[in-house]
Amino acid sequence: MSKRIDVKDLNVYYGDFLAVEDVTINIEAKSVTAFIGPSGCGKSTFLRTLNRMHEVLPGARVEGEVLLDGDNLYGPGVDPVTVRSQIGMVFQRPNPFPTMSIRDNVLAGVKLNNKKISKGEADVLVERSLQGANLWNEVKDRLEKPGSGLSGGQQQRLCIARAIAVEPQVILMDEPCSALDPISTLAIEDLINELKDQYTVVIVTHNMQQAARVSDKTAFFNIAGTGKPGKLIEFGETQGIFSNPTQKATEDYVSGRFG
Amino acid sequence: MTATSLTSTQGAGRAGDKVFSGAALAAGCLILAVLFGVALFLVVQAIPALTAPADEIQGGAGFFTYIGPIVVGTLIAAVIALVIATPIAIGVALFISHFAPRGLAAGLGYVVDLLAAIPSVVYGAWGAAFLAKEISPIYNWLADNMGWLPIFQGPASATGKTILTAGIVLSVMVLPIITSLSREIFLQTPKLHEEAALALGATRWEMIRMSVLPFARPGIISAIMLGLGRALGETMAVALVLSSGALTASLIQSGNQTIAAEIALNFPEASGLKVSTLIAAGLVLFVITLAVNMLARWIISRHKEFSGAN
Repeated sequence: MSKRIDVKDLNVYYGDFLAVEDVTINIEAKSVTAFIGPSGCGKSTFLRTLNRMHEVLPGARVEGEVLLDGDNLYGPGVDPVTVRSQIGMVFQRPNPFPTMSIRDNVLAGVKLNNKKISKGEADVLVERSLQGANLWNEVKDRLEKPGSGLSGGQQQRLCIARAIAVEPQVILMDEPCSALDPISTLAIEDLINELKDQYTVVIVTHNMQQAARVSDKTAFFNIAGTGKPGKLIEFGETQGIFSNPTQKATEDYVSGRFG
Repeated sequence: MTATSLTSTQGAGRAGDKVFSGAALAAGCLILAVLFGVALFLVVQAIPALTAPADEIQGGAGFFTYIGPIVVGTLIAAVIALVIATPIAIGVALFISHFAPRGLAAGLGYVVDLLAAIPSVVYGAWGAAFLAKEISPIYNWLADNMGWLPIFQGPASATGKTILTAGIVLSVMVLPIITSLSREIFLQTPKLHEEAALALGATRWEMIRMSVLPFARPGIISAIMLGLGRALGETMAVALVLSSGALTASLIQSGNQTIAAEIALNFPEASGLKVSTLIAAGLVLFVITLAVNMLARWIISRHKEFSGAN
């Protein structure tokens, strides 16, 4: 239930502006890959090209190939809606649907992809997804309450439950802990460790300790200056990136001697 | 830092604060005073009509027998207007906010706003001179083919000046109100919620159903209520379009009347108790509008827990 992603020579544009240049990267199935780098280096932009969320913005487009187990996401006739139902996403700020109950939030994606679902099946799925997001024990008595009444960390885990309820091949996380306190962050990190048994996880983070803790491989992105495109500088085993990077820029960044 | 430096108030900033809060308070009080004044005027002036013997009121059967049919007529016209205008307005607003290319959206929004700038007497003239004539063949068809429904019972009005025509004209008039308010609300939908839906694999329409419409629901209700307020109170267009008469169930025969048009048509020649009767009719319209607004607020507050405001 998880697939690998191979990106070949990808250029990402906002209109005429080249935001990310020439990225080639191979992301293994059932692993956690972290993207690190300074603000504005294009790591979030690049992440959003992996499930075709980038093109939601007017004028945004890409050149190149993103292969999900060999199938090009940007091939002719590929429906972005289908792509997104296979590659889930968790956002920087928790975004449960405010008008839906906790239960309906978990089922939101399932009801899109598979319109008819019996109540029994739905109950099983809600419990399994919330268990999978380590949230079940906290919310099992108030499934009919609104999702927006939960704490920030709980809301983010609800969003993860919503993403895994549709059983995607890949889960993309865009700085999932940046709006959370350290305890909630720890809960999410534990969860990421469990998720990689079943899913391919790609996470963007500003927190290098977090990258070191949760990821198997790390990609370092950097930008030469304002108005210049972001580039993939180095990609390898997390251990290697943090202890023995081959590039000077990577070493400066991970050791805090940036610039 | 001494105690005096903490307690002393100084500078223009503090004075500005007082001026501003005073002005805001005065404005708030003024609106209450005006509302109270109007309500008081209506009640005082209406009392003679409400207490007069039944046979002195127009129609000779008391005030409530007189006002009942026109209240129903007012509601019929307003409901027709909303039933036609609401789906179109929401559709146009969604098209402008989420489907149209940017250039077209701006132009279309401008045209819709222009609709609101046309004076109501122009709508009335258009409805009476053009729409009524053009639409009467359709009324004939409705009478022939759907006449078994009480609302389409024949014979259809030959002039087309019916309550349905008035309702259609009203719907064009409330369309821009509902459209522009809904459009503003749709545009305010948090990007975060739209992206949440898209990232789950929602199509554009599913995204609108999952995130835009639930978010905009209270706003849509407010927009409809504002439109209803206009439809209930609209005078000139109805007075020109509708060939009024007794209350009838059929929407395609002449007949029916609305409160606002009844007041406008009769007020210039009224005197004595007749004036009082018309003002009492105005009081009834005031109460209906108030009730509609309270109902709308109640509907909105019922779903507060799920509104996303918490």
